[in-house]
Amino acid sequence: MSGLASYACFFFTVALTYGVATLGLNLQWGSAGLFNVGVAGFAAVGAYAAAWLTAAPAAGHWGGFQLPIALGWIGAMAAAALAAAILGAITLRLRADYLAITTFGAAVTIELVALNAQTLTGGPFGIAFIPKPFEALADRPLAFGAANLALVAAVAALAYWALERLTGSPWGRVLRALREDEAAAASLGKAPDAFRLQAFVIGAALIGLAGAMQAQFFGFIAPDNYLPVLTFQVWVMLVVGGSGNNRGALLGALAVWALWSFSGTALAALLPGTLQARGAALRVVAIGVVLAGVLLLRPRGLIGERATVSRHISG
Amino acid sequence: MLDLSGVSRRFGGARAVDGVSLAIAADGITGLIGPNGAGKSTLFNLIAGSLALSEGRIRFGAADLSHAPAHRRLAAGIGRTFQIPRPFAAMTVLENVLLAAQRQTGERPFANWLTPGAVARQERRNIAQAREIIDFLALARLAGAPAATLSGGQRKLLELARVLMAAPRLILLDEPAAGVNPSLLETIIDRIRTLHGRGIGFLIVEHNLDLIARLCSTVHVMAGGRLLASGTPQAVTADPRVIDAYLGGAA
Amino acid sequence: MIAQILVDGITSGAMIGLGAIGLTLTYGLLRFANFAHGEFATWGAYLALLVAGAIGPADPLGPLTFGWPLLAALAASMVLTALLAAALDGVLFRRLRRHGSAITLVIASFGASLALRSALEFGFGPQPWYYTRDIAMTVRLGPGMRATWDQLAVLGLAIVLMLAMHLLMTRTPLGRAMRAVSENPDLARLAGIDPARIVRVTWLLGGALAASAGVFLGVTVQLRPSMGFELLLPLFAAAILGGIGSVPGAMLGGLIIGIAEAASVPLAGAQYRAAVAFVVMLAMLLVRPSGLFGGRGG
Ligand SMILES: Nc1ncnc2c1ncn2[C@@H]1O[C@H](COP(=O)(O)OP(=O)(O)OP(=O)(O)O)[C@@H](O)[C@H]1O
Ligand SMILES: [Mg+2]
Repeated sequence: MSGLASYACFFFTVALTYGVATLGLNLQWGSAGLFNVGVAGFAAVGAYAAAWLTAAPAAGHWGGFQLPIALGWIGAMAAAALAAAILGAITLRLRADYLAITTFGAAVTIELVALNAQTLTGGPFGIAFIPKPFEALADRPLAFGAANLALVAAVAALAYWALERLTGSPWGRVLRALREDEAAAASLGKAPDAFRLQAFVIGAALIGLAGAMQAQFFGFIAPDNYLPVLTFQVWVMLVVGGSGNNRGALLGALAVWALWSFSGTALAALLPGTLQARGAALRVVAIGVVLAGVLLLRPRGLIGERATVSRHISG
Repeated sequence: MLDLSGVSRRFGGARAVDGVSLAIAADGITGLIGPNGAGKSTLFNLIAGSLALSEGRIRFGAADLSHAPAHRRLAAGIGRTFQIPRPFAAMTVLENVLLAAQRQTGERPFANWLTPGAVARQERRNIAQAREIIDFLALARLAGAPAATLSGGQRKLLELARVLMAAPRLILLDEPAAGVNPSLLETIIDRIRTLHGRGIGFLIVEHNLDLIARLCSTVHVMAGGRLLASGTPQAVTADPRVIDAYLGGAA
Repeated sequence: MIAQILVDGITSGAMIGLGAIGLTLTYGLLRFANFAHGEFATWGAYLALLVAGAIGPADPLGPLTFGWPLLAALAASMVLTALLAAALDGVLFRRLRRHGSAITLVIASFGASLALRSALEFGFGPQPWYYTRDIAMTVRLGPGMRATWDQLAVLGLAIVLMLAMHLLMTRTPLGRAMRAVSENPDLARLAGIDPARIVRVTWLLGGALAASAGVFLGVTVQLRPSMGFELLLPLFAAAILGGIGSVPGAMLGGLIIGIAEAASVPLAGAQYRAAVAFVVMLAMLLVRPSGLFGGRGG
């Protein structure tokens, strides 16, 4: 019974970290129309930054600053934001799909660095012994799981609140205007690239935070965690939940993570032992088909975009 | 003073605007007329920065705007409307107007988290001002309606409301009377006069010569991308070259 | 040393160029970046493996490691992959084009890419496959310049395919129609060209050329489920470098990327090879976003 409860805690903890990443992507895509195919790259930047800042010194990799976890998360957000600022400054003035290609290229490059810059990242072995929040509770699994869940839920709620604030603000209004008619917005004095860059950077910071939280809950990171399939998962979460809607982003993360976990368990149970190793591939096919189906049959997702009105008007 | 010198714009080989030099008083009401395809809207787009100059220079007061991006021109004091109105269709009329306010604290992301009080106060002030402008332009009834539901004439008024909210010194109006019914037209003429009385300058492109004659002290005539004549409305409409250009354009 | 870099760079550049032709054509025509294009190369390589396996072994041709069955398999796989590309368009992209935005198409292609690759991985496993286990014989081309006979054969075939493609685009009514549709679909329709047919032909050609690139990569390196995906970044870089929509641009872009990658190996090590395409592409986007051959970027 308590085993089931701690599993539930773990499940929701992980799902909510994905939720935070999906919220970040939703700001970029849902609000600003920026197509980021490098989600995994920004998550990796956040995860490695947090690991360097908080873990104890070790021979295999750089870092070892043993800072408090909270500082590690802030550092992760800053690192991902910086990466986004550099990339965005080069590509945001270009046509939309060039951003897709360059973010994809950035993610591939980041994965290569994680894999090959051994002295920095620990190479293929990654970084282990990343401190977990509430380590003192580690011998009481249920309390430990519940505390972690409460922490990530608080972070997700804070992110949700902050984004709702933003989308209902004059800033969010400008983004909506830019999506509708960029020339008209520019004629009213709004600098399109500046607003888009801000959205891109804030979104990337949230994705970096999600990467950092996952690193900290798992206690271990390696380049394998940041393959394109991670980008894809987060995209599916957003598309399934309904882009342009923060609640949809969270719901999509939960639904798709449930589907992902369940399909993993099901494949493990159904496939003969010899095919187990390949089961993971089948899971990706399944989720790809789900995405295509949602795009074709329910392009607005489970919830769909909500009409936003500036906060102070209604209130 | 808005100063154009040798302003040109090519599309492929064709010169839509061809070496136009003009000085326009920032506080007057100036007309710009000419047959279809004369290059009036293109000249507007060059002044507003929606199109890049091929040659020439544009100065407003002391500022050289020749290569400033579109979004900088408003800060320099120049606002514009579009010949075919471009409202943000999914937003309400009030939101359309609110958006245009300049220097909004709430347009800085962090201000919304760190100083929400200041943002809210400014937003309330802006809402009050936006409602005034909306009233002034007889759109009060529609303040809460999505801009998509507006008629053609109402969209023209919304364009004007938006640019007023941005409080420029000089407003470029591209065909404010086109497709507007006669009673609405009187409202527009009256409002332009009132605003001019408050010190706002206008540069108006219009095919309705009656409107031009009633509002403008100076009129410039374009044809084939070039400046053809300048003067008072009476002098210009009597100029044989101008009559020729219009007849030639019509033929 | 320099000479060897050129030999390696030109062979891999030719394969990148072949793959990039289809990518730049669909990009120019349909205005969307197809992330699934690399998978056409992977599927082409594995389909050829299946066909060659079905034909059975035969004596190798001269100093090459493969015999006529692989050439037959190449042809068959080009046809099959062309059909796969057209089918993917029919099932997924065409429907999304009707109501989605260009970016919805990009997401869908990203999903299709993962699904196609994972399906192969499920079928063939993650381990590498080879068309033959024979050792490739090398030739000395000059001082410090070596190439395998396989490399030379692949390069020759790639050049033949590129020339054929170039002639098709410039000398035939079909090629002229393709360029017309890509430049202005409405005008082309007025001229009596059926854009839907041109789109189909573009997918068929793009798929076939990508398949050939995949087979050549399989001959000179090996077959892995991720081979096409790893090719994707160089393909995009080549297409952007040459200017979106330009066939000669894609070939030249491929060559430049191939040589840049080969030149980077002594400097940064082979493990960062894939990042080179990214860096070259970023530099190009900074300096001249519309690419070497104009195109319609920026
Ligand atoms: N984006 C463009 N590309 C190519 N040609 C253009 C473009 N915009 C305008 N033109 C051409 O430039 C010339 C001037 O057009 P413009 O719209 O400035 O005329 P106008 O004086 O505003 O006419 P109207 O009174 O009909 O609004 C026309 O011949 C038009 O076809
Ligand atoms: Mg006009």
